Amino acid sequence: MNSLKRTWNEFRQYPSAIISLIVIFILLVASIWVVYAIPYKEAVRLWRGGEDVWYRLPKIVPPKWINWFRTKKLPDTIIFSTLENPETKIYEPSGDGRRIKIEIPIEFNSDEYPQELSMYFFISNAEKAPFVSLRWVTPDEREIRIADFGLQGAKVNFRFAQDSKLRQRLKGLDAEIGLYSVPQSDPPQPLKGDYQLKVEIVTFDPNADVEVEFIQYGKVYGWFGTDHMRRDLKVGLLWGLPVAMAFGLIASLGTSVLAMIIAAVGAWYRGWVDDLIQRVTEINLVLPFLPILIMVGTFYSRSIFVILGVTILLSIFGGAIKNYRAIFLQVREMPYIEAARAYNAGDGRIIIRYLLPRIIPLLIPALVTGIPSYVFLEASLAVLGLGDPVLPTWGKIIQDAEFNGALYKGMYYWVLQPSALLMITGLAFAVLGFSLDRIFNPRLRGV
Amino acid sequence: MAQEAQAGVFGARPESLRKKGESSFGRVVRYVSIRLVTLFITVVIGVYLTILIANMGGYVDQIKKGEIREAVQMRVLTDQALRNLPADARAKRIEDLVRLEEKRLGLDQPFLVRSFRFLRSALTLSLGRSLQMSSDSGSRQVRLIILERLPATLLLFGTADLTLFFVSLFLGLSLSRRYGSFLDKLSVALSPLSSAPGWFYGIFLIVLFAGVLKVLPFGGMVDIPPPSNPVDYALSVLRHLILPVTAITLSSIFLSVYSNRTFFLIYSSEDYVDMAKAKGLQDREIERRYILRPTLPTIITSFALLLISLWTGAPIFETVFNWPGLGRTIYQAVGLFDTPVIVASTVLFAYLLAITVFLLDFIYALVDPRVKIGGQEGGQ
Repeated sequence: MNSLKRTWNEFRQYPSAIISLIVIFILLVASIWVVYAIPYKEAVRLWRGGEDVWYRLPKIVPPKWINWFRTKKLPDTIIFSTLENPETKIYEPSGDGRRIKIEIPIEFNSDEYPQELSMYFFISNAEKAPFVSLRWVTPDEREIRIADFGLQGAKVNFRFAQDSKLRQRLKGLDAEIGLYSVPQSDPPQPLKGDYQLKVEIVTFDPNADVEVEFIQYGKVYGWFGTDHMRRDLKVGLLWGLPVAMAFGLIASLGTSVLAMIIAAVGAWYRGWVDDLIQRVTEINLVLPFLPILIMVGTFYSRSIFVILGVTILLSIFGGAIKNYRAIFLQVREMPYIEAARAYNAGDGRIIIRYLLPRIIPLLIPALVTGIPSYVFLEASLAVLGLGDPVLPTWGKIIQDAEFNGALYKGMYYWVLQPSALLMITGLAFAVLGFSLDRIFNPRLRGV
Repeated sequence: MAQEAQAGVFGARPESLRKKGESSFGRVVRYVSIRLVTLFITVVIGVYLTILIANMGGYVDQIKKGEIREAVQMRVLTDQALRNLPADARAKRIEDLVRLEEKRLGLDQPFLVRSFRFLRSALTLSLGRSLQMSSDSGSRQVRLIILERLPATLLLFGTADLTLFFVSLFLGLSLSRRYGSFLDKLSVALSPLSSAPGWFYGIFLIVLFAGVLKVLPFGGMVDIPPPSNPVDYALSVLRHLILPVTAITLSSIFLSVYSNRTFFLIYSSEDYVDMAKAKGLQDREIERRYILRPTLPTIITSFALLLISLWTGAPIFETVFNWPGLGRTIYQAVGLFDTPVIVASTVLFAYLLAITVFLLDFIYALVDPRVKIGGQEGGQ
């Protein structure tokens, strides 16, 4: 208890250690929260989901906060759905059916045009196709007719830019440019202000109803941006945290504890056991680690658990075992071990109760310092395309970005966000490990 | 922490070398040759393990057999001359062709036999022909494919390692002289930055220097098309080297400088250094003869471990930088299930690692007086 207190007092003298400890604590809490808020199955469903999950999001756009650093502001993504705002629908009786009026307010304050405008109609209980007419009201009170058409089927998608008549009315401009421009400006100037999209639907059956969804695909989305499959990077970036933490912690813990036990057994029994361990360590040293992991990933399985197991297996017989062995060899000659022998303690008891505890002060810093290398290893494998096929991880986001030429095309947010998270996680553990090393390792004391 | 690892770079045991009446040259030769033999045995076992993994106990053979059958079937079905054959004659024809192709690739023998044959040819790097890949000159010879890529890897990692070694030695020494200064404290504070691997810094460097500033190339080894003038060619290679070498250096320099500085500090507090100071020796002299000399084995050991981790990281590093070296070859070969190329490049990596270990053992034997004079294993 006293020694713990002393360690803590020493620990407090390193401000970097305190900060890293706080960061690690936050990361731990955050990863628990992520697993709770987005359960595993939901995360996998979202991450593997295609167009049907993510159709409302723009393709490859940076996060919102990018606007803070730009003088020319990018338009945000606006999603308006009557399913979420049923009070916006105003019903009026009309013949056999009803007339549904919806006014969709659109605030536009950007210096650039959106990617695309699109509408979805979900029609229910209609035997005869309802009829819809769309009107666009600009801030300067002009009203532009967008289209009038019948809604055949249960789901209708209307893309503004693909309507040739609208294009004619906008003098050949793309809908997302022409609708938001100052009239007769050349080159087109965006007109800021409050727009309105007036939707009027006439149904011809008493029970028929139509839900409307309007999407302005902007050039920014959310706090994390989206990728080439319209996925919100939020899911991947958030879920990458628990995956990275778990992989790093388990790999590092498994490796260092097993290495410690093996080193202790070798140093205690000596003879052929020790020789065997030494030889295996030497063979392991010339085995190319990453190429073998790549082979395992390609030929056997990319499951994160298999990769984790092989990583631990290949890392046990590393340099650490030599260090531990050297210390155990010293320790086994100490008088207290002789005392233990004198009272007839068994081999197992001596190893577990007397040898292993001696190494704990060295093990803890090594364990913590080891975590970042495994966190980065997982990312490395993912960047090589050998990540877990179902789980979203930071490495996989980087790989997607690399594969889609994010660096060449200037989509830096895509690479930099996961990289920054990797760096924060890695650095927090590395800083903590370094501080612990300086506290526990008497040889480093004072230097 | 470092002194424990000091006894021989990788477990050489100087006490076994003690023999009376042997010259120091003889001892070095003996030490080195023992290491050479053990390393060779180590490489043989390592390569055999690689072959076992690469073949997945025959699973790759299944894949290959399936591919052969499909290819043969396609060929026979599209062959005009064979179209008019009766069905069973055509089936027999397919079987014959499949058997022939399997025999050509040596798939008809049991795996155990093949694995040992493979081991022998792997060790001599005569791995025959690749299944898919070809070298830049268009050859399917595995040896050519591999050896063509080797210089690029050696160039990249050789340059980076040498830069790293000398820069970290120099910086470590100068920081240990200025113990407690701001720069010294900064180096301690920055050392955790080395926890990120080279490719990671590579991405940042690419973004900054190639993407934003547009002053250096994104990747690759020479401009496309390569300049015909040898001087321009060398300059172009040099320009392409800057980013990857900086990335490797960045990823390891902080920790190397920190640990070098720490070793120097530990050794400069020894009594004999105080003694030398008391004698009135010059600072440079003290550094060279009393501090640098005894720290070198330790520094070389930690540098050797660093080198090995750099070598093994080559596949991803070269992939990120699009560097046409051995690492990227292994990555490409894995994508194509090209077992001979995978095994050959892994073997070559094992050789490279063994050579690294051996070279450093050799240097170690030269700088460690305990090997030269046959003294007892000390330090503990």
